[in-house]
Amino acid sequence: MRLLPVLLIVCATLALAGCPKKPTTVPETSGSTATEGSGANTGQGEGQIGQGRDLPGASGSVNGGPAGAATVIYFDFDRSDIRPEYASLINTHAKFLASSSGIKIRVEGHTDERGSREYNIALAERRAQAVRQALMLQGAGDAQLTTVSYGEERPAVAGSDESAYEKNRRVELVYGR
Amino acid sequence: MKFRNALVLIAILAWPFEPASAQLTVQILKGMAESVPIAIVPLAWDGTGAAPYDVAATVQADLERSGRFRPLPRAQLVEQPHAASEVDTADWRMLKVDYVLVGKLSSLPDGRFEVRYELVSVANGERLLGTAVPVDPKALKRASHRVSDAVYEKILGVRGAFATRIAYVAVDGPVTKRSYRLVVSDADGDNERVVFGSPDPIMSPAWSPDGRSIAYVSFHSGLAAIYVQTLSTGAQVQVSARAGINGAPSYSPDGSQLALALSRRDGNVDVYVLTLATQDLKRITDDPAIDTEPSWAPDGRSLYFTSDRAGGPQVYNVGVEPGARPRRITFDGSYNARPRVSPDGRQLAVVTQDRGAFRIGSVDIQRGGLQVLSAGQLDESPSFAPNGADILYTSRVGGRDTLAIVSSDGRVQQQIAAGSGELREAAWSPFLN
Repeated sequence: MRLLPVLLIVCATLALAGCPKKPTTVPETSGSTATEGSGANTGQGEGQIGQGRDLPGASGSVNGGPAGAATVIYFDFDRSDIRPEYASLINTHAKFLASSSGIKIRVEGHTDERGSREYNIALAERRAQAVRQALMLQGAGDAQLTTVSYGEERPAVAGSDESAYEKNRRVELVYGR
Repeated sequence: MKFRNALVLIAILAWPFEPASAQLTVQILKGMAESVPIAIVPLAWDGTGAAPYDVAATVQADLERSGRFRPLPRAQLVEQPHAASEVDTADWRMLKVDYVLVGKLSSLPDGRFEVRYELVSVANGERLLGTAVPVDPKALKRASHRVSDAVYEKILGVRGAFATRIAYVAVDGPVTKRSYRLVVSDADGDNERVVFGSPDPIMSPAWSPDGRSIAYVSFHSGLAAIYVQTLSTGAQVQVSARAGINGAPSYSPDGSQLALALSRRDGNVDVYVLTLATQDLKRITDDPAIDTEPSWAPDGRSLYFTSDRAGGPQVYNVGVEPGARPRRITFDGSYNARPRVSPDGRQLAVVTQDRGAFRIGSVDIQRGGLQVLSAGQLDESPSFAPNGADILYTSRVGGRDTLAIVSSDGRVQQQIAAGSGELREAAWSPFLN
């Protein structure tokens, strides 16, 4: 009751400050989820940025990936083909991964909230696989890429209109996973 | 209905088997015009002090909530007989009720109680039910639901499902920091228990046929995996954590196997059957399209599932024997997904796209044809009551997911409200002993 408004404020502050949308804690075991979850509550997710690795040619990166490159690819409704406008972005990430074989990324697929949840999990998996395969075609190694499909479970933004839906139909490239 | 945020947070942090804070309320949106008028007379109490439980109030609430009955308000009961022999049918006929339920609650020497009840037909004075059951003090509410079940069955000819439970996923928090709980409650929303909680998504709960376990998808390891949790002990077993997605678990009618959707390493989502005792995995579909959301036919010989092999998602049926070829079932509209089979095997509940909205549809498996049952904008996750009379589903109301019920003929609609947070993906339990 008392915690929730505080959390809302913290989250709102983070959003305004341009912090990453999602702290994305990936617990190793079920036992650790509660503590990692509460860490993320207080906005400590930023600790995950720039983990002190030498990232060739990417000293200015805020996400562990190539400097200045976006990490989100958007999709059309019920589609999993990558729109032509993302070709150069995917090429940038693929080259970056090819030049630094020690770096791993997590390719996270998402859908908007419409339709059936498990079908959306499958659709988001297909989107993540489309991006994974495009990255591999351009030089990224299989072992560098993990895919996970969240379907409609983790929207980027709330809302039930097309402007929210188009932001939620996406694949996110998460470095350092 | 009064989801209190503070308690919700505590429940999440404290983990399994915290009693949940919330009470759900069920509200009838649309009842049947020809609902049955009935009088539920408060039971006499034979014991010291105040009666330990109001059996009649629970029966009254159950029958009213079903939309099939119109119980006379208690204030309008002109007399309060406690045995069939005391029922004066002429008086009740004047009140235009068709049935009268009477009874007595007594305390037994061994500390238990006896619930005695009789159902009388006003038309001819016939005693339709006469039963006395010994009940543990803690089980009085469940025993009351069983009285409702018996009355429902006697009058409508269909076994009542009031003494059953539902499992659902409760979600709280803003999109950037959600928390998820798998909750089990009585069918009326009471008596909630948190089965599992996680800051990562929980999805697709499915009851085992014996009602003792729930299979579900959880992302708490960082990736999707399917778990089976035993309700009485809380023991959680990971049954599938293969590469790619592990989703949409569905128990075979004998409980020995799970149908599920896997994408393996290549990302091609197909339906598989996993034998739980041996971990033997059998591939059922093999198609480059999405094949997911399997649901067993009641005879255990085939699976209904969603596939977009013809372009958009439609429902197909495939035998579980090797080499069986899928057969398309739905043809109406561009989007039919997430099939659930009625207990008699004749009807499918699906998510169907209806003039831009997503609604619950009913498909007659033999004759074909689709009837839209619900009226929301974003309805999903249909689940049949074990008696087949009602379908529980998720509906988006005021920007939040909540639970709703529609009768399988579309005539009765109910909405289940929670005070805050979202409720989704409810699964109705089988009949419980």
